[in-house]
Amino acid sequence: MTSAAAGTGAQGLWFVSRGSGLVLLVLLTVVMVLGIANRAGWAPRHWPRFVQAELHRTLSLFTVALLGLHVITAILDPYVTIGWAATAIPFLSPYHRLAIGLGTLAVDLGAAVLLTSALRSRLGFRSWRAVHWLAYLAWPTAFVHALAAGNDMRTGWVAATVWGSAVVLAVAVLIRVVTARRRVPDSPANGTASRDDRVLR
Amino acid sequence: MTRSALGARTVSRLLPGDYADRTLARHLARHGNRPSCADPRRRDELIAEVERAGLTGRGGAGFPTAVKLRALAAAWPVPRVIANGVEGEPASDKDKVLLAVAPHLVLDGAAGAAELTGAREVVMVVHHSVREIVDHAVAERRAAGTDPVPVRVLTAADTFIAGEASAVVHWVERGVAAPTGRPPRLGGSGKRLGGGGKHGPGPALVQNVETLAHLALILRHGAAWFRSVGSPGEPGSMLITMAGAVRRPGVYEIETDTPVGGLIELAGGAAAPPGALLIGGYFGTWAEAAAALPLPFSSAGLAPVGASPGAGVIAVLPRTACGLAETARITRYLARSSAGQCGPCVFGLDAIAGQLERLAAGGGCDLTLVHRWLGQVRGACRHPDGTALMVASALRVFSAEADLHARGWCSEDRP
Amino acid sequence: MTAPVRLAVDLIACDGRGLCAELLPELITLDDWGYPLLSGRAVPAAQRGEASAAVQLCPRLALRLEAGAAGRTSGSG
Repeated sequence: MTSAAAGTGAQGLWFVSRGSGLVLLVLLTVVMVLGIANRAGWAPRHWPRFVQAELHRTLSLFTVALLGLHVITAILDPYVTIGWAATAIPFLSPYHRLAIGLGTLAVDLGAAVLLTSALRSRLGFRSWRAVHWLAYLAWPTAFVHALAAGNDMRTGWVAATVWGSAVVLAVAVLIRVVTARRRVPDSPANGTASRDDRVLR
Repeated sequence: MTRSALGARTVSRLLPGDYADRTLARHLARHGNRPSCADPRRRDELIAEVERAGLTGRGGAGFPTAVKLRALAAAWPVPRVIANGVEGEPASDKDKVLLAVAPHLVLDGAAGAAELTGAREVVMVVHHSVREIVDHAVAERRAAGTDPVPVRVLTAADTFIAGEASAVVHWVERGVAAPTGRPPRLGGSGKRLGGGGKHGPGPALVQNVETLAHLALILRHGAAWFRSVGSPGEPGSMLITMAGAVRRPGVYEIETDTPVGGLIELAGGAAAPPGALLIGGYFGTWAEAAAALPLPFSSAGLAPVGASPGAGVIAVLPRTACGLAETARITRYLARSSAGQCGPCVFGLDAIAGQLERLAAGGGCDLTLVHRWLGQVRGACRHPDGTALMVASALRVFSAEADLHARGWCSEDRP
Repeated sequence: MTAPVRLAVDLIACDGRGLCAELLPELITLDDWGYPLLSGRAVPAAQRGEASAAVQLCPRLALRLEAGAAGRTSGSG
């Protein structure tokens, strides 16, 4: 009975880990799309921009909480040996070294983004922005981790969710790149007038 | 020294009578050796002498030079003295002419300022047309061991905005001729600005080249000498550029407070009956000629028409010319001269220029909108503000013309 | 009695995103091109919290709180 319960408990941990991983990917995608939308100025008409900005921040914090669950359940799972060190340092896990390592890498990148965002006012805009761009690296890393480490890709709806998230993000990035306009245009300004244009000679 | 019918005369302090010889030898023969200001015990006294002389900045802002020197001497040692000879104002030529005919006077002033503030180098930022002359003068002085600190020469970016004080510092330190939104700090730790380069953090002393030339003479001859010409409130001589419809446009050295009409006479008189004057340059203000001609050319003197000497430019617009067309062209130039860093400046000046162009062409123009925008344009430097003042003055002075244009006529069409 | 503070904006950093005006409509209005117009007056004590939030939320970190009450508007010069 105890071993059955223990077995179920362990199975439980494994399910939670996988389940939370899936939700995490979806959540991360939403956070990314919101971030792009904020930057691009996409906002529904009666939706204040600051609400969208706050949503991006709040969801990213929620992602951290969920990430905690995902990682801890994976570590505690008795059937696989990952080790606590592998939660921070990539490619240390004996189990599926590459796949788990990519997950750790994604966490490290995400941590950098999060930490710098928390300290944004101290860092200054440029440094903050430079690190924030790592988000574009973190997501694909997490995605490949999902493909490599996730055991559920054979299930139809899981695969649809994972690939669907990728498509949604790709579309958002594409639209952003294609429609990007510099807010302050190159012409008419930027000091292009030369001395020879002067009048009243 | 010429005297006009109105008693206006030119002065020959900065500008030598003989333009051909600008060698160091000729300079020393005319002015004597530069007195050293290196003695720390004399520093306060020398700055007090400059204060008694009442020298103010000749770059357009008119800031008291002694106050700047004192603040930077207190921040000893400052990394550098920057001589601002950029002269971005297109209607003004005085700084180029001064550097071309009397480079050693400017360099003397810079050397004196360096000694007074503990600067470790002098940077001359000059227009490309006088670069060679200044290089040559610097080389002469290097060979003679004249200067207490190294002098280097930079060519200025050839834009209007490049002459703005923080833009000059930005250019010297990072090669970017854009204003930084923080004026060069007078004292204290100067975080972003005046903080780069191998000479370490600290504010830089930025002075217009004409101011430095006056400084060089004050350090030789004293405050009383400086005050012996010009008005008591704004003493000394100054360089002006006469432009537009005058027979002999160019740079003249005059005493402050000379009546505007006298200055036009010195420039050979008006080529056609004047209708309006643009005083101070593109960043100045328009005034009706009749109202401005009797006024003394000083801040106090020009106050009744809402003008001030600025960069020392007087541009004469004949009565037969259309002031709105000129204003529209100048405003478009100023709009295109924006550094492009601040949205309200870029979009606002462009919008205003557009409306003025329509007005000048005789199309419909919404002046309420223009006035609204004049109140809204702003940015990290005074570029939009200066433009707005100029446009506001044009709308005042040329209001009759604007009425004509609204009806599809223009004073230029009159036979 | 706390020292007065006022809002100031760095117009070079500002991109006209408009979050600040949404959060503090009593203190910040937008000009015809979407950039903030500040009154330069002191921030009332009741709105200090919102003002700090606006400073934190500005996507370009262009908004700041400065000591002092009256003064230049919109950070020119």
